[in-house]
Order: sequence, then structure tokens, then C-alpha cells
Amino acid sequence: MSPTAVTAMQQGLQSCEGCGLLSRPAPGEVEGRCPRCDEELAFRKPASFQRTWAYLLAATICYIPANVLPVLTTTTAAGADSDTIMQGVVLLWSPTGWPLSIIVLVASIMIPSAKILALAYLLITAQQGSVANNEQRVRMYRMVEFIGRWSMVDVFVDTFTAALIQLQPLMSVEPGPGLIFFAAVVVFTMLAVESFDPRLIWDSVSSKEAGSKEVTYA
Amino acid sequence: MPDRDPPLPSVPQSRSVPKKRTRLSLVWFIPIVAAIVGAWVAVTRILSEGPKITIVFRSAEGLEAGKTKIHYNGVDIGTVTDIRLSEDHQRVITTAQMAPKTQGFLVEDTKFWVVRPRISGANVTGLGTLISGAYIGMEIGSSKETKNDFVALETPPVITGEIPGRFFTLKTPDLGSLDSGTPVFFRRLQVGQVASYELDKDGKHLTVKVFVQAPYDQYVNPDTRFWHASGIDVSLSASGLTVQTQSVLSILIGGIAFETAATDPVLPPAEENTVFTLFSNRAEAFNPPPRNPQTYQLIFKDSVRGLAPGAPVEFRGIPVGEVADVRAQIDLKTFEFSVPVTIQMDPTRLGVKVIDLKSGEGLEAMRRKLIDALVAHGARAQLKTGNLLTGAVYVSLDFFPGAPPATVDWSQKPVQLPTTPGQLEATEATVENIIKKLDKVPFQEIGDDLHKAITELDKTLVTAQGTLMSARGTLENTDNLTQPNSAQVQQFSSTLQEVSRAARSLRVLADYLERHPEALVRGKTGEAK
Repeated sequence: MSPTAVTAMQQGLQSCEGCGLLSRPAPGEVEGRCPRCDEELAFRKPASFQRTWAYLLAATICYIPANVLPVLTTTTAAGADSDTIMQGVVLLWSPTGWPLSIIVLVASIMIPSAKILALAYLLITAQQGSVANNEQRVRMYRMVEFIGRWSMVDVFVDTFTAALIQLQPLMSVEPGPGLIFFAAVVVFTMLAVESFDPRLIWDSVSSKEAGSKEVTYA
Repeated sequence: MPDRDPPLPSVPQSRSVPKKRTRLSLVWFIPIVAAIVGAWVAVTRILSEGPKITIVFRSAEGLEAGKTKIHYNGVDIGTVTDIRLSEDHQRVITTAQMAPKTQGFLVEDTKFWVVRPRISGANVTGLGTLISGAYIGMEIGSSKETKNDFVALETPPVITGEIPGRFFTLKTPDLGSLDSGTPVFFRRLQVGQVASYELDKDGKHLTVKVFVQAPYDQYVNPDTRFWHASGIDVSLSASGLTVQTQSVLSILIGGIAFETAATDPVLPPAEENTVFTLFSNRAEAFNPPPRNPQTYQLIFKDSVRGLAPGAPVEFRGIPVGEVADVRAQIDLKTFEFSVPVTIQMDPTRLGVKVIDLKSGEGLEAMRRKLIDALVAHGARAQLKTGNLLTGAVYVSLDFFPGAPPATVDWSQKPVQLPTTPGQLEATEATVENIIKKLDKVPFQEIGDDLHKAITELDKTLVTAQGTLMSARGTLENTDNLTQPNSAQVQQFSSTLQEVSRAARSLRVLADYLERHPEALVRGKTGEAK
């Protein structure tokens, strides 16, 4: 992408996120609705930084109980066992079962934490107006957005297991409180990704260029 | 670049919407709510955490961190969270997370132990642990002082909970087949069990703690006797073969029985932890050694084979004491062997009730008087065979009116009582008497007389020979008469022939008459020829 491109915002134009129509806001107004599809218009996603930060913070808070509280309670004749995610990873780790263990480790521990860290990184760099590695950051954003929904797999597996393994009184599996927090982490990170406006990454580039031009033109 | 920008076409204007911008986005509620929920979960988790305790075990066999539970009356009130070795590697320190509100249970004398499957003769416990694995049992103490570090018991206590009853202490030189949990019987009813046992510090006795449940504990009074009811007690003694058993259960696993002698006065129930002696069997329990034993010496000249320390001393069948010691001595002047037998005897058991006299001079005088009187009347000690099968011998006191007079010398220590030879000795004496009488028989004269008689007999025999000769001649004559060709035999033979002929004609006549009975009247007819 050419760094010399003019952004719509710089020209006082808004692009509709729904239909892509470029429109000029009413005089004196900043926001409005798309004349074609009635989508809410804004130069950038409203309060993008705030929202993303809020969701990210919520996800981070939920991430702690999600890992500390048990996600699965297995009741057998030998007694009840409550396992957290990490205990599950350890439990699954065996000479034959290690791939499964790695899947759980990656999907349930590494990806959520990576998402949180990646979003935090994107937010901080965008807010500071950093211009370095812009393209990498955008790629990171896309990856975070893509990967987000797959984290729910864990929740589904857990709930399916709990629903299927009900061999009372021999054995039963019940979801633990950690699962709710884990689902909350996934939902909050997805919301955070949703509320982050990737155009903010480029704003600093264009504003810098525009600034320099303004200086030269002034 | 602005100069390169194409001119913008006419762009439609957006509709204006009233501004509704808030400085702080409502979205911040979400992390706040998440934080509140998280904090609430954390607080409830912390609040629901009970106290953490440590329990020291000798072995962590069957224990598993995060799995092993602590049970009280079957309720899960804690989990072992950590197992590690003590610093000296001798013991295992386990950390357990207790359920909330259990602090009140954790007092000074609360006990912990590992419940594993235990199969003893009396009962099978902890079978559930075969499937579920071991768990830690617990008994809540009664102390008020709280404590968080405990040392576990090696073996589960037998009596748990608040079972009413009392503990008693028994002293025994031999544990027999007792074990904790061994039943205690009262009139063959199981009323308690052995709680614990330990060796005394001096190593000579064992202290056995037994628990007797209420209401049976009231039958234990200070005069109650406890004895081993272990298995079958077969004893072979001077009194023969004795077999003592309790219930079948106790035959298999042993037990302790107690009973109070029926004749004993009714006493108040014994205090808790009263010390009793554990007798080895019922007979011993109810026949304890004499209460006031006196030592006497009996000197026997005959063999004491079969007499062993512990053999009974009986007065006409009533046990009055026992033999304490048997040894031999020799008089170097006369080379006469004798066996002094020391006995322990309570003369007051000879049916004399000493009630008003207290121990001391009065009692002693009484005793002397009694023994003097007995000896004067011919009371003597004698060895008797109690059991022909075993050859066991006992000391019998009895009256022998024919015994040579004797007196008791009270200045000696120990006092000697007169004895009389035993049965064997008496038999020998009788045989001797017989031999003496035989000596007096005049065998020489008897022999002379016999010789005379034999000479007479010789003469008689010669006469007899002549008589026999003539008898022989007579017999020969008789023999000649019966020869086949003698006249008498010839005559006899012809006579027999005549008789035979007569018989034949008689038969012919009879036949004819049968066919012609009328011939008797009409006579023979011609056609009958």
C-alpha cells in the first residue's frame, strides 16, 4: 500500500462499513447514517481504543480464573477429580497421547494468551502512533481475528463430554466453573478484535505524512 | 499529492443525527463486571477454603496428593494436597486441605489414621477402600485447644466415636492370640474388645487396654477376674484332661472373658482404667494362689517321680496349696537320701474360718494350734498318684490313725510336717511282710514228710502192677469170645437166619390177606394160588 495515499478521513469523507459507499457527513456533524444502506457511519469505529481496551481487560481478568478453576470434574467410583486446563494438559501427556496434549495446550492456553498479548501490542503501538512494522501488525490483526472463533472448540468439547459421559453412578463428567470464564475469555477477545479498527494502524502513518506535507505546504 | 488529486464529484451529504457522545464508553462496565465476578469467585474460593493441616505418617502407602480424602463418619471433609518426606527422610508429611468450618474439629487430641482394607478374624473393615483407595480416617478429640499439625496413628483405633463404656487395663505376662479388636466376652456374650496393647517398659508384662461397652461395664467390679479365652485350652494335670472353650469365634481368633465369682459380695462397679490381672485360663482366674500362703517342708524318703512345682496339695481332695520346690538332699553320715519338698499352703483353707483374728500373733497362734491338733490326730502328708495316664503326683494330706506319733517343731524354718510313705512305699512294706511270713514256713520237715510219702507210693505202685496183670488176662478171655469162628458167633448167625425166614413168610401172609381179606373167614381159595 502506498504510504502516500490519501485517507477518506483526511478528506472529510466516511466510508460505509456495510456497503462501502463513500459519503460526506452532514455539515457540522461528525456521525451519520449511510444514505444507501442506513448503516451507522463514523470516520473510525467509535471509541475503538476504549472499547478494545475494556474488552481486553475483561478478557485478561477472566483469563486468570479460567486457568485456576477446574474446567472439568470427573466423578468415578474412586472419587471426584477436578482438573484445570493445565492439569488436563499434564494428564494427557503420555508417550502416545502427547499430540492431544499439545492440541489442548495450544488451543486452550497459548492461543488465548497470544490473542490478548497481540491485541495489547496492537493497541499500544496504534495509540503511540508507531509507524514501524505496519504491515506485520495488520497481518497479526487478521490472524487474531481468524483464530478467535476456534478457541471456542475447547468449550464445545468440554460441554459435549459433560453431556455424553453420564454413566451414573460409575462415572460422570461435569463442567467446572473455569469453563465459564474460559468461554468469557474467548468471547471478550473476539469482541475486542471486533471493536478494534485496523485503520487506526494506518492513521498514524498518514497523519505523519500529512503533517509533514502540511509543514511543507505551509 | 494535492495537485495530482482528481476533482471530486458531487458527493451526497449525510443526514445529521443528534450527537450522543459520552466521554467514557459504557463498555467499561464489562471489565468492571468481569473483575467483580472474578473477585467474587476468588473471595468465595478463599472463604470456602478450610484450614490447612499437616499429618505425619510413617508411610504414605496408598496416599495420593489431590486424591486421598479425609473422612469423618463417612463424610468427606478434606483432601490431601501434598505429600513429602520429612527432612530426616524417616517420615512422610502430608498437607491436607480441610473443608470450611472444620477448625473446631482440629483439636489437640484429634486422631488421624489411614483406612486400608483390614481383615482380621473378628471383622472385615475398609472393604470400600479396595475400590476407592485408602482414605484417612479421623476421630475428633474433646480438647479445646486447636492444632494444625498432627501425627497419625499407626493402626486405626478400635473404638471410635462416642460409644458409651469404660476402658480397663489388664496386665499379662503373655499376649497369647490377642490383637486389637479381639472380642471381650461376658458370659459368652461379646461386650467389648481389646483397644490396644503395649509392652511395659521393664519388658516383663504387657498392658492390654480393653473397652467394655455400656451397660456391660457395670458388671466389672474390683473383684472381677479376666482370663484368656483364646482358642481351646487343653490342660493335662493331676486332675486329668481339661478342655475349656468360649464361643466358636474365640476359638478361631481368641478373646478375653471376664466374670465375677458368684459367691463374691456385690461390689460397686470398678473405676475406669482399673488394673486387673489377665489370667491364662478360667481355672487359674478363679483359683488364685493362696491368699495367705505359709511355707512348710515335707521330707519324703520315697521317690518323688511325677512331682513337679505347681502340683496341688490337697487335704482330702480340697486344694489347700501347691508345691513350690522339689530337691534332693543326702545325709553324709548315714548316706540316706531324702527329698525335702517345699509347699505353700494356707491352713485356714482347711475349713477353719478365721474371721475375728487379724494377721499377726493371733492368727499365727491359731494356725499353730490347728496344725498341732491335726498332726496329733494322725494327719500326714503322702505322695499320691493323681493321674495314672500322666504319672503326675500330688501331695495329699490325710489322717492315718496308725501312723507313728509325731509332733511339729515350730522353731524350724520352714516348719516340717510329718509325712507317711506313699502308696508305692506302703506296697513294698506289705511285700516285705509276706516274705517274712514265708520265712517261718518249715520247708525241711515238709520235704522229709514228702519223701516218706513218695516211698510209700512206690510200694503201692508194685502192688498195682500185679493187679493190672490179672486184669489183662480177663480182658484176653473176653476177646476170645468175640472171634468170628467161635461157637457163640456161629450160633448167633444161624438164629438170625431163622428169624429172617420167619419174617419172609409173615410178609407173604400179609400180602395175601391184603388182596383176599375174606380169607380170614373163608380160608384160602383155589384161584389165589
